[in-house]
Amino acid sequence: MQFDFLNGLFVLMLSTFIGLMVIQRVSRLLHTPLMSLTNAISAIAVVGAILLAGEQESRLSTWLGAIAVFASTTNIVSGFLITDRMLKMFKRREPAARSGQ
Amino acid sequence: MTDQLTQLIYLVSTALFILSLQWMSDPRTARRGVFAGVGGMSLAVIGTLLHPQIINFNWIIAALILGVIAGIPLSMVALTAVPQRTALSHAFGGLAAGLVGTAKYYLWAQHGQLTRFRMGAIALEVILGFMTLTGSLIAAGKLQEVLPTRPIMYRNQNLINFTLLGVAVVIAILLVIDPARPMLFPALLALALTFGVLLVLPIGGADMPTVISLLNSYAGLSAVAMGFVMENKLLITAGALDGASGLILSIVMCRAMNRSFSNVLFGAFGQVQAGSAQVEQRSAKSATAEDAAQLLENASRVVIIPGYGMAVSQAQHRVHDLYEELAKKGVDVKFAIHPVAGRMPGHMNVLLAEAEIPYDRLVEMDDINPEMPQADVALVIGANDVVNPAARRDKNSPIFGMPIIDADKAKVVLAIKRSMNPGFAGIENELYFADNTLMLFGDAKGVVGDVVKHLHGGASH
Repeated sequence: MQFDFLNGLFVLMLSTFIGLMVIQRVSRLLHTPLMSLTNAISAIAVVGAILLAGEQESRLSTWLGAIAVFASTTNIVSGFLITDRMLKMFKRREPAARSGQ
Repeated sequence: MTDQLTQLIYLVSTALFILSLQWMSDPRTARRGVFAGVGGMSLAVIGTLLHPQIINFNWIIAALILGVIAGIPLSMVALTAVPQRTALSHAFGGLAAGLVGTAKYYLWAQHGQLTRFRMGAIALEVILGFMTLTGSLIAAGKLQEVLPTRPIMYRNQNLINFTLLGVAVVIAILLVIDPARPMLFPALLALALTFGVLLVLPIGGADMPTVISLLNSYAGLSAVAMGFVMENKLLITAGALDGASGLILSIVMCRAMNRSFSNVLFGAFGQVQAGSAQVEQRSAKSATAEDAAQLLENASRVVIIPGYGMAVSQAQHRVHDLYEELAKKGVDVKFAIHPVAGRMPGHMNVLLAEAEIPYDRLVEMDDINPEMPQADVALVIGANDVVNPAARRDKNSPIFGMPIIDADKAKVVLAIKRSMNPGFAGIENELYFADNTLMLFGDAKGVVGDVVKHLHGGASH
């Protein structure tokens, strides 16, 4: 599929605006999990790394690509897992503790 | 045909990423957000593996497996170590972008396919990627306290940093004008790596929330640049989402400190004003855990203000016990969360959530401040600058203008602190000398534990 620079800029601009608007609405409570989630999402670099490692154009590019696949996968796995681990901890008040009110 | 299939899969994956962030707006839907993210990422990986360009899977599979093996333990770190882990993952993100850019440069240079546009995108990608790599490693080192957390200063620091960045930009421009200058590319890499180190070295521990957010943004932008290099819209979209997120968090952090980006990055907060703190002998009143327990027990409204000191002494579980004891006695307990308390955005919320404190008890600064005059007791646990009234009153104070939690407006202030040493930046805190303040000296975990014991003992009589 054709890619051209202006096309890319359009995509960049639109997704930046969407990002700004969506993220502004994220509860401040969740800023730490938000960061680990976006960490995992930005490890989308894995896509570029896989293409590089899989094309096998040169030994250097295959090696660098494989290391990049490793680094991104680490981010994907740890990012999603720790985000979920943190989010599981956010609980509302249980009825038992309500007597404090 | 298969390329179109890959693109269609990328389209779905993009939508899932946006939904994932959308669902983070509320703790009730947030976990769904993680699932959407995992779905989007899995689709992206599968879609890429289907791409006809890929002719060998061995390396990819090996790297994927090793990545999973390394990622699992990294997701199980203690929550107090989450800032370090986050910094480390920014470093990995930067590394991946930098390596892909480097490989593409040599591939294209070899085949004479290095157009100016490609060169420009690669230059941006490797500068952002490698500077994020080293900058984040230094940040992680500081957070892990392998490196000194105080700002590391040397003469003409800003001049040297700007010169380095300037030289890197000039080299990048030269490369774009004529990509066939093989000597210049390694120099660009070296400069980017060095600049990252020098950028973060002078930044102190308490500025880490802003720096981590900025590095988060750079990691995202390096993925965007990779998208232009690889001509891949999914990379551009996901990178832009991450970049936007880092940007918003940085702005929130800067506002919460009433400082600008340039001031955080180049101001080396924490050194300049060490001499300006007044050397005046004043005495603070101290109290015992038993006194504190009595005050808390007789209060009807208590606001607890946690800071990084709570994380350092791992006191969050004792704080939960305290919360439970007081709740049992009918005391209304709320937690006041300053945006920059801790070492990364939202750090206190995660620690308190881990200690099973219900999140509806965690109140943001702007919402709790109007209630502070009605609070009977404000209990400050390991927070310092974020409750310093000098930020409101003293025009000469380095933190003047920073929004604070109005602990001093409560009827009684109890402050847990290890000693009277001024905290970060050597700024003296006049809150500790106020008439309505009682100091509880000791380690946060120990002191809160003692208070809980007295509360518990009192109930059994």
